[in-house]
Amino acid sequence: MAYSAGVDVGSTQTKAVIVNEEGTIVSRALIDTGANVVLAAQNSFNSAREDAGLSEQEIEYVIGTGYGRYRVTFGNAQVTEISCHGRGAVKMFPNTRTVVDMGGQDTKAIRVSPTGEILDFCMNDKCAAGTGRFLGAAAAALDIPLDQLGPTALRHKHPVRISTTCTVFAESEVLSWLGKGKKIEDILWGVHQSMATRSAALLRRVGIESEVTFTGGVTKNTGMVQALEDRLELKVNVSDDSHYMGALGAALFALDHILESRRSPQESAEKSA
Amino acid sequence: MTNKNDGTTEARDKDRAKAKVDGAIDGIVGRGNRDGAQLFRQWFEELNQTAESGGQSAYVFVMGSFNEILKTFDLPVVFPEINSLQTAVRRVSHELLSEAEDYGYSPDICGYVKADVAVQLRGGEHPMGKIPKPSLAVYTNACNTYVKWAEIWERMYDIPVFTIDVPGSRDVHDMANTSSGHFENDRRYVEAQIHELIKLCEKVTGKKFDIDKLRQIMGYANDISVSWKRILELNKNKPSLFNALTDGTIYLGVANGFRGDEAGATYFKELVKEMEYKAEHGIGAITDEKYRLVFVGVPCYPIFRRFNELFSDWGGTFIHSTYLWFASGGANCGFEYDLKNPIASLAEGTLVSVRDAMDSMFHQDRAIEGMLKDYSVDGVIYHPIKSCRTVSTGLADGRRYLTDKHDIATLFLESDMMDRRVVSEAQMKNRVDAFFEGLASRRRHTQSA
Repeated sequence: MAYSAGVDVGSTQTKAVIVNEEGTIVSRALIDTGANVVLAAQNSFNSAREDAGLSEQEIEYVIGTGYGRYRVTFGNAQVTEISCHGRGAVKMFPNTRTVVDMGGQDTKAIRVSPTGEILDFCMNDKCAAGTGRFLGAAAAALDIPLDQLGPTALRHKHPVRISTTCTVFAESEVLSWLGKGKKIEDILWGVHQSMATRSAALLRRVGIESEVTFTGGVTKNTGMVQALEDRLELKVNVSDDSHYMGALGAALFALDHILESRRSPQESAEKSA
Repeated sequence: MTNKNDGTTEARDKDRAKAKVDGAIDGIVGRGNRDGAQLFRQWFEELNQTAESGGQSAYVFVMGSFNEILKTFDLPVVFPEINSLQTAVRRVSHELLSEAEDYGYSPDICGYVKADVAVQLRGGEHPMGKIPKPSLAVYTNACNTYVKWAEIWERMYDIPVFTIDVPGSRDVHDMANTSSGHFENDRRYVEAQIHELIKLCEKVTGKKFDIDKLRQIMGYANDISVSWKRILELNKNKPSLFNALTDGTIYLGVANGFRGDEAGATYFKELVKEMEYKAEHGIGAITDEKYRLVFVGVPCYPIFRRFNELFSDWGGTFIHSTYLWFASGGANCGFEYDLKNPIASLAEGTLVSVRDAMDSMFHQDRAIEGMLKDYSVDGVIYHPIKSCRTVSTGLADGRRYLTDKHDIATLFLESDMMDRRVVSEAQMKNRVDAFFEGLASRRRHTQSA
């Protein structure tokens, strides 16, 4: 049995996934990235490997992805998280044609072919508006733990409109609504709606085609899933493993390499050259 | 997929070594870049001497420079756009932009304008030498910022500024039409303005207009236009003969600064010979050309070389660029003046070329569409920039048109031509890498189909 791994080093968290020869996830790990990116990559990989009961030698090929992909020093190759999220999403939800990935510092809209090939993509530009950081700033201003943001926002009754797209100014806008006596859940829902609007704009740039799969760390936020579905007026695919989609895609690319090498080593080398 | 030891640095070293060996053997390969850089230095040295001696100069722009008229009056030409981009290439533009912003200019104003304002505030001090003060400024309406920019000099130096109003194309589907009644009316309108410009030059310089000298200068300009068109067409060759972004920008500098000069005419004739030689001997811009790309927009000058490497590391090379069209003032049309009727023909050439330059910025989609097959294009890179609305506004429409009608890979890469504060190399690399991963995947599927 062959095993491959994907390590997705994101700005906030590092994820590792190990898959077997069928491309099924056998283990996963998630840790905070912190200041030492190399160590985070190593620790997440080791954690996933130990969880699967595998030795380093049993994992034949490792691909790094995410902003820290070149810091996966034990990896064999690197692939961008754009390709990996597309690949992972199509594996998990085969009818996926559009992917929206919300991470700590960027949000991506990706249009994919039935085989997971990237047809077009678009990202937020040099600004954290509409990303996980936007939610983080609101959470800090309202003194609410991140995992309570979604459930709290879903209790809204009279949502406010957050007009700024700037993460820094959003914090002051949140505080100004508090000063006007607005309820926390109403302010928070406004924050979620603002993010959903930004993401929908990115998606429209690449073209929204059903099914839409939601990936990245923000998928844990139930309020964000609801806000996105409201804005897009369609259901989005989400799973417990959506957070690991980039790492899964990387592991699948690694598996491709293993299988291609077995079929025809010479041809495989030519293709990857 | 980027392999750990993929040897990209090694490949680049091989490219350079090969070019060096070729150049040593033949003396032809690389001559365009070498001589172009030398001419460029010579041009700035002459401007420096003019500044030091307090001589006259004319400030002009790349889209409709009227070198032909100005050089007839022996006026050295200053291209503030080129001065500004040089500060970015030389990595000092951020200092100048900050100075202009400290003076009161908004961060959202054109970076070329702000860098020039700072150079003027420094008394003409520029990394390539001193820039002379203007005696007059001449500009077309090809870029709306030109008008306001020239008015800054008018206020600073109390000089005459002269607008040549070039009527734009009437119909996006019929842009190259020169046979309509509209065209002849427009040509006469431009001709009347050229006569006014001549009178102004006589007044500013105190010299009498010499039409035979104009003919001679226009003859040299013809040589450049014909050669430029030929050079661009030669890059259909596989492998491509020059990189439209890096090499092309050197050629552009000569095309603008030396338009109407014998040295410029000679340079471009030699450049044609270099390209023909390279085509004949199969010498490409890079040794392992994998993807042939078209660049749309203005280059990212703050990381000029690095920007290109983001693509060349994957075997991508720019075989063409809309910048080589509009920043040459439409010289790519190859318009040849009729030297028997110089002023009438100058008006016609202005109309044809400057219109083409304007259309290359906003309606480049049709022209690129026509190139896809002939130039074997694998992908089109759109580069909208923060500080130039004129060149960036139509790119989304152009891209949509192209991708709706053709199965061609495109990439939208946002940064700036001058301001490194909005140039994020890590983000750009991520997008470029993903683009090439998609291209590689597309090629694998095509080959296996």
